[in-house]
Amino acid sequence: MTLAPKREDYDVVVIGAGPAGLAAAATAAEAGLSTLLLDENMGPGGQVFRAISSTPVTDRNQLGADYWVGADLVQVLRASSAEVIHRATVWSLDRNLEIAASIGGASAFVKANRVIIASGALERPFPIAGWTLPGVMTAGAAQTMLKSSALVPNGRTVIAGQGPLLWLLAAQILRLGGRIDRILDTTERGNYLAALPHAFAFLTSPYFAKGLAMMREVKAKVQVVSGVTELSASGDGQLASVSYVAGRRRETVPADLLLLHQGVVPNVNLAMAAGVEHRWDDLQLCWSPVLDANGNSSVAGIAIAGDGAGIGGANAAVVRGRIAARAAVEALAPASAAKLVPMAQLRTDLAKAERGRVFLDTLFRPARQFRIPSGDTVVCRCEEVTAKDILDAVAIGATGPNQLKAYRRTGMGPCQGRLCGLTVTELMAQARGKTPQEIGYYRLRAPVKPITLAELAAVPKTEADVKAVVRG
Amino acid sequence: MTKNVDAIVVGGGIHGCSTALHLCLAGMKPMLIEKDYAGRHASGVNAGGVRQLARHIPEIPLSIRSMGIWEKVAELVDDDCSFESHGQVLVAENEEELAVCRARVAELNGLGFTHEELIDAAELRRLVPAVAETCPGGVVSRRDGAANPAQTTTAFRRKAERLGATVREGVAANNIRYRDGRWHVEVGSDTFAAPVLVNAAGAWAGKIAADLGEPVPVETVAPMLMITSRVPHFIDPVVILRGRKLSFKQFVNGTVLIGGGHLATPYQDRNETVLDWKSLATSAQTVFELFPVMRSATIVRAWAGIEAKMKDDIPVFGPSSRHQGLYHQFGFSLHGFQLGPGAGAVMAELIVNGGTQTRVSDLGIDRFHPSTLQNKRTS
Repeated sequence: MTLAPKREDYDVVVIGAGPAGLAAAATAAEAGLSTLLLDENMGPGGQVFRAISSTPVTDRNQLGADYWVGADLVQVLRASSAEVIHRATVWSLDRNLEIAASIGGASAFVKANRVIIASGALERPFPIAGWTLPGVMTAGAAQTMLKSSALVPNGRTVIAGQGPLLWLLAAQILRLGGRIDRILDTTERGNYLAALPHAFAFLTSPYFAKGLAMMREVKAKVQVVSGVTELSASGDGQLASVSYVAGRRRETVPADLLLLHQGVVPNVNLAMAAGVEHRWDDLQLCWSPVLDANGNSSVAGIAIAGDGAGIGGANAAVVRGRIAARAAVEALAPASAAKLVPMAQLRTDLAKAERGRVFLDTLFRPARQFRIPSGDTVVCRCEEVTAKDILDAVAIGATGPNQLKAYRRTGMGPCQGRLCGLTVTELMAQARGKTPQEIGYYRLRAPVKPITLAELAAVPKTEADVKAVVRG
Repeated sequence: MTKNVDAIVVGGGIHGCSTALHLCLAGMKPMLIEKDYAGRHASGVNAGGVRQLARHIPEIPLSIRSMGIWEKVAELVDDDCSFESHGQVLVAENEEELAVCRARVAELNGLGFTHEELIDAAELRRLVPAVAETCPGGVVSRRDGAANPAQTTTAFRRKAERLGATVREGVAANNIRYRDGRWHVEVGSDTFAAPVLVNAAGAWAGKIAADLGEPVPVETVAPMLMITSRVPHFIDPVVILRGRKLSFKQFVNGTVLIGGGHLATPYQDRNETVLDWKSLATSAQTVFELFPVMRSATIVRAWAGIEAKMKDDIPVFGPSSRHQGLYHQFGFSLHGFQLGPGAGAVMAELIVNGGTQTRVSDLGIDRFHPSTLQNKRTS
């Protein structure tokens, strides 16, 4: 069923129905604000709670207790007055808080008094030789299939990379009877030492015991190779093998499927296209929006919550969603804020949820050679531009990602830099001896997700057209 | 500490870069100042049309001069600028529009210009097979074409640098003043001085002119463009419509650029624009009607570049009417890209020789301010 927004204006429009968006929309609606939640997926949950209302995996142990927290969030939202539209792809947001969303092949325009972007995270690019071969995919994509369709790998499977999600996915695959032949852990040995000073905070975080148990569970069943410093995929038109170096050992293993993952980074495209200022985060090695304590961005009226505000995990996302929504309530209907959880309590909750984050960020900081490729390794998949191509352009005068477009079409394909942006920034920074902040990022443009010409052509052009469609 | 140079060019668009390059070719060592980076605004993000077609008569001589340079652009800048010449076609959608085309071509012929050619429905269909059956004809300018604007502007900047121009990007030109026979410009913590100053600052040029006592009727605009995903090759020439705002160009890689002059809202101080999707929807609808093959294509990106538009739609080009050594080169009003190479060449002639064979006298700032210069040379 296609569902257009019921109104043209809302007090609050929340974009994304992951943990932050679910919490934000429920909070704003609870305070009586007219609230619209637009979400791209078929149902609520985002990535972490993907398919929470529809997953065929009903044994609660298989996806874990943390996953099922999502069901409670959805219940609270459904009990609220918030209007929720799924399969709604927001393709434009501007500083006037005008939002365009594609819903069932037709575009709708709404205006908000406040926008809370909760568009979450993306997997960090993992540009190794052969990463574009069929048979190589991201761990996140594998998890999507697992959660929404209970599909797990049954061919020869190698998982490579690092980070909490990698271990979670491995555990989930094994619990559902999937096959994993080997795990190649790319965590740098030096990271363990660097993370040690932050270990105490992590010991008291809720993630500690669970994380440790999960790693133990996986290691009991799968051969795990740690200290992997080189990695490549090869095959003739299809993945055939994975080669790696660990310690002094170089080995090649046959594989039908390689799942890559080295952490997640904020999904910045919509916020950047709206003009929100971002800065390079030296610890998380990504762009993060510049926000105040309530999640408000540099663009008046736009707040960002959840991992899009800087990676903090699902628990922190829920609290950040509540904080951003509460701030919106305080601004738009101060009298209604009294019925909500006090801000001081939310800040305490957030501090607790973020405890141990620095430890994780330091421990799972991806190694330079897996972030900054060289030679013929493809960087921009849309336009098939290699690392060498980019260095050649730098040598003859390209100074930043936007200038690079004049030499190579990097970032100009349909993905708008989602798969190459961070790599291009770091590669150019290294080549030019500058910081990533100095090098900058692509200027991003709407539509942040492509729409068909036919859909745009059908958009009402004038006030008279609008009335004919809306009231007609 | 003031550094002396031969000339200061303010603005790193196609015009500033071309003028700097041509000054180098004339033996001068110019300084180019660009507050962002070369090609950051309209020059780098326009539709890339290399068009003599449908121009205002006063700028046709400059356009023809420029076309000659475009056809050898690789020899000039060591980069092909992705220039290709498949003509530009103006489509008349009905008989009334075709009558206007006929009168226009006759007028140009009467003035001695032959680059525009009236075509009938059959020739239109041959040039643009995908166009709707109902269109009765139009006008073609066969030598016209298109280039990659960012690549072109960058190539002009690079060649100027190689020939001895100094390029300063990322710092604005401030506190421009005339003293002791020289133009002084502050650039960051440095001051540069030269007997010649070229105001090629695009959307920012009107303010420079006004600050120097030569206000002109100019506004800042931001024409919008959008580009599609790749579609199978179906069209070679650039197509523009007579009666509706649309320009249309398919690149070698299959992507299609849709423009036509619908405007975004510029926020000049922030280098930002806010797009007007209702207007872009009008462009999309026009394409939808005229080129059925495009209906399933996707729009992958839309943007707008900030530039200056004169009230009379004709650029301000030539010497100042008030100051020795000051030259204006701005206000190209949504059609300056093709003029860039030629305008730089002519500007260098005006500066170095004091005159040019190319007729540009209708473009001067003296159309707004009667000249107060005693020894003004005429071209």
